[in-house]
Amino acid sequence: MAKRFQLLQGNEACVEGALAAGMKFYAGYPITPSTEIAERSAIRLPQVGGKFIQMEDEIAGIAAALGASVAGLKSMTATSGPGFSLKQENIGYACIAEIPLVVVDVQRSGPSTGLPTSPSQGDYMQAKWGTHGDHPVIAISPASVQETYNLAVRCFNLAEKYRTPVIFLMDEIIGHLREGCELIPAEELEIVNRGDHNVTGMPYAVSEGNYVPEFACFGEGEHYNVTGLFHDVDGFPTNNNEIARNAEQRLMDKIDMNLDDILDWEEVGTEDADVAILCYGGTTRAAKGAIEQAEAEGLKVGLFRPITVWPFPDKAVEELSKKVKHIVVAEHNYGQMLGEVKRVAKDNCTVDFIGKIDGTTLTPADILNKVKEVL
Amino acid sequence: MPSALIEKSFRTKRLPHIWCPGCGHGILMRDVAQAIENCGLDPDKVVIVSGIGCSSRAAGYMNYNTLHTTHGRAIAFATGVKLANPDLHVIVITGDGDCTAIGGNHLIHACRRNIDLTVVVFNNNIYGMTGGQYSPTTPHGEKGTTAPYGNIDYNFDIPKLAEAAGATYTARGTAYHAPQMIKLIEAGIKNKGFSLIEGLSVCPTYYGRKNKKGSAIKMYNWQKDNCVDVKKAEKMTAEELEGKIIIGEMSHSEKPEYTDMYKEIIKKCGGDK
Amino acid sequence: MENNKKLVINPAWCKGCGICAEFCPKKVLQVIHEKVQAVNEEACIKCGLCELRCPDYAIYIEKEGE
Repeated sequence: MAKRFQLLQGNEACVEGALAAGMKFYAGYPITPSTEIAERSAIRLPQVGGKFIQMEDEIAGIAAALGASVAGLKSMTATSGPGFSLKQENIGYACIAEIPLVVVDVQRSGPSTGLPTSPSQGDYMQAKWGTHGDHPVIAISPASVQETYNLAVRCFNLAEKYRTPVIFLMDEIIGHLREGCELIPAEELEIVNRGDHNVTGMPYAVSEGNYVPEFACFGEGEHYNVTGLFHDVDGFPTNNNEIARNAEQRLMDKIDMNLDDILDWEEVGTEDADVAILCYGGTTRAAKGAIEQAEAEGLKVGLFRPITVWPFPDKAVEELSKKVKHIVVAEHNYGQMLGEVKRVAKDNCTVDFIGKIDGTTLTPADILNKVKEVL
Repeated sequence: MPSALIEKSFRTKRLPHIWCPGCGHGILMRDVAQAIENCGLDPDKVVIVSGIGCSSRAAGYMNYNTLHTTHGRAIAFATGVKLANPDLHVIVITGDGDCTAIGGNHLIHACRRNIDLTVVVFNNNIYGMTGGQYSPTTPHGEKGTTAPYGNIDYNFDIPKLAEAAGATYTARGTAYHAPQMIKLIEAGIKNKGFSLIEGLSVCPTYYGRKNKKGSAIKMYNWQKDNCVDVKKAEKMTAEELEGKIIIGEMSHSEKPEYTDMYKEIIKKCGGDK
Repeated sequence: MENNKKLVINPAWCKGCGICAEFCPKKVLQVIHEKVQAVNEEACIKCGLCELRCPDYAIYIEKEGE
């Protein structure tokens, strides 16, 4: 029996959370700073009757994980920027074929090989727009080791519930951070599993008022077709424009109509704040430090942290923009979520940015100085 | 009312298929179905995985669990399916471009692992779906829309490539030699390990037209007249074999299979309890 | 010749490629107006080569009881 409280790296907590959620398959390719996820999966999966395979490249990693998911196992692959780029085509495949999968991206500095392997949040937009075509995206970003554990479970639950790939958008800071972590056992967690399904011959049909099809795994007797081509409810490809439009619309709707369930954020002290710091993942530590110092200096500074980073929490940020005079967006990039905040905040408040693109991290002082600048 | 085999093994509502008149792919697809039938596999446990291209449309017609994936990645997807559930019989249908160009890396590494997949390559010597560009199996000197002055690439010998990479069963058949092709696929399915069967197809529309090979019928006659069984070839001289294509079982060996070995790891770790 | 077997043609699926006719050992078949027809059915020995080589599953030998 594993000890309930352990000192873990974020990457290790990701694996433990995934196992608690029922992960039974991992396929991937080594890349810093995500490699510990593969290493721990290689050790832990066979211990619980699961399977680990190191594939020949990043593309094969996601492809094998998708194959395993179709065959019925909860699957995960993990990578970092360059590998995330390589996986993009098959992320789109998973969207249209509606195959549950967790894709971990432990972000590092880029583009290309960049500054190996300094912290970055440069893949925020790629998580949404990396694969071609219109497609739904769920991306979740953790800010601590414990949260990495808990949110890994949530990623699997969302992937299963909505039959879609979920991007676990970690970053080097959280991936390599060591903290105490409570390994909450599965019995104490809410776990979503694929249920038993009737053979209907219409694997992609959805029931009235529902957006997610329920179909059997390969080998369970329903001989259906899985394809990356637009397909009708029977799973077979079609060139019919109306069917394609309806299929695409449903893919978008299954996320858009369930935002209450999917969106999640942390909001602290924004009610009477003059400034809100908006950050996520690895910038959160520095932001919280800045807020502590600001409070000590008598400044009213709040925190808004999207945990579900895609879809973007439009309504909540719009409300925030009406509550505060200024929003300071802090990211380890050139300003990516910044655009989303500006889009939503409009002229309700000022929106400023503090970022880092040199491989170093924001400090509480950096953020506090920016706050003072806008006040 | 189609034949009993077609009725059982195919999604007859999806037929006739999209392939051109005279295309060898329909023959090869039937060979796969016949081999599955001859091996007595439970259709519920058969998974057909394909990539992208003319060949890969096969998955949509066949009445099993079918996974039509992305270009070049069929073998990688199939590896996941097989490792996840080793009770499934996983057969990959792929093309020369899909398997040996964009998917070449996955091919050699799956061979190396000796994972129990049966890969059937429908080799039409050209990229058909995109309109006739040269592929890794377009013979040296022949033409494609992207080799207007003749192809200066040298072509792969796919079974040899697979054997060198570690496949434990390799063979080559043709669309013309259907009875032999069925037997080769059967042997590949029965081999507990990675099997590769190249099926020489016929593409009258692009490869044939571009290279003035004549009608589909002429191209099948070419296969009939120029393919030599491996056993017969052993007794022929190099001069006699000039310009000929050798067909039949190319290699067959034994070594532990990947998912079996992984089961041992699980046992060792106590994960089977 | 086996009496419990019958040559069946499905013109709807025939694309008229003529492979079956070309390799029929008894020259039973002929493509007429882009569809295959059995023009010499009494010569058919029900060998099934046409079925094996038809890319479109448009011709086959039906066994009795099927």
